[in-house]
Amino acid sequence: MELRRDVFQAIADPTRRAIITLVALHAMTPTAIAGNFDSSRQTISKHIQILTECELLEQRQNGREIYYHLNPKKIKEIADFIEPFRKFWDDRFNKLESIMKKYRTKK
Amino acid sequence: MERKTKVTAEANKQEIIITREFDLPLELLFKAYIDPEIIEQWMGSKAVKLENKKHGSWRLEKKDAQGTVVFQANGTIHEFVPNQKIIRTFEMDNTPFGVQLEFLEFEKLTEDTSKLNMHVVYRSVADRDQYLQIGMDKGVNMAHNQLQKVLEKLK
Repeated sequence: MELRRDVFQAIADPTRRAIITLVALHAMTPTAIAGNFDSSRQTISKHIQILTECELLEQRQNGREIYYHLNPKKIKEIADFIEPFRKFWDDRFNKLESIMKKYRTKK
Repeated sequence: MERKTKVTAEANKQEIIITREFDLPLELLFKAYIDPEIIEQWMGSKAVKLENKKHGSWRLEKKDAQGTVVFQANGTIHEFVPNQKIIRTFEMDNTPFGVQLEFLEFEKLTEDTSKLNMHVVYRSVADRDQYLQIGMDKGVNMAHNQLQKVLEKLK
């Protein structure tokens, strides 16, 4: 059975989110990525593979090494979906916070 | 600005988790949820009914300048523990969005800071995904500006 993978499944995992954060800083080889984790090289490779299948990461050959880059288009897809909702609540909670701060000083 | 509000909406799940840390003592945060006048100030809707107790019910109403009701929502309170938690249902009137179940947990961090954990459960994954889009109206412009900045940094 072939698992259908989408970007949301890809980012549901904390290790994969950590990989995205690392690669966001600069392109990295699989070895360099794995060096940041305690998990086995195999486990990290699997995570990288899933991220690549979902097009969150892109491979580029540089000499003999393969480097992984972040795909900003795909990242934007995720952000576009959740961000407006988050922003809506963030605005509301900011308002709550400022109202209650004033309320406290009035007392 | 620091992003204090976090939203988790995993794929193929019928729930959303919203967390937020406040620069407010726990009691003040909780008060913002139970005082009808304060609710109106930050939610923009008037609490025409709010029974802060187990098996109580609540009703929100928003009117435009002409006095026409433009938004209504209602629900019942399933559990009410002051400064700790509220479990309630939430449903908007006259919309295709169904009822949702909300677990609100209030937590003291320090004397002056507190945290809200809001766990919202929908009837189906489709309902949840549809609900996620609501934030669009208000947040979309600012969100895009924000995102633009992030993407520029990535380049």
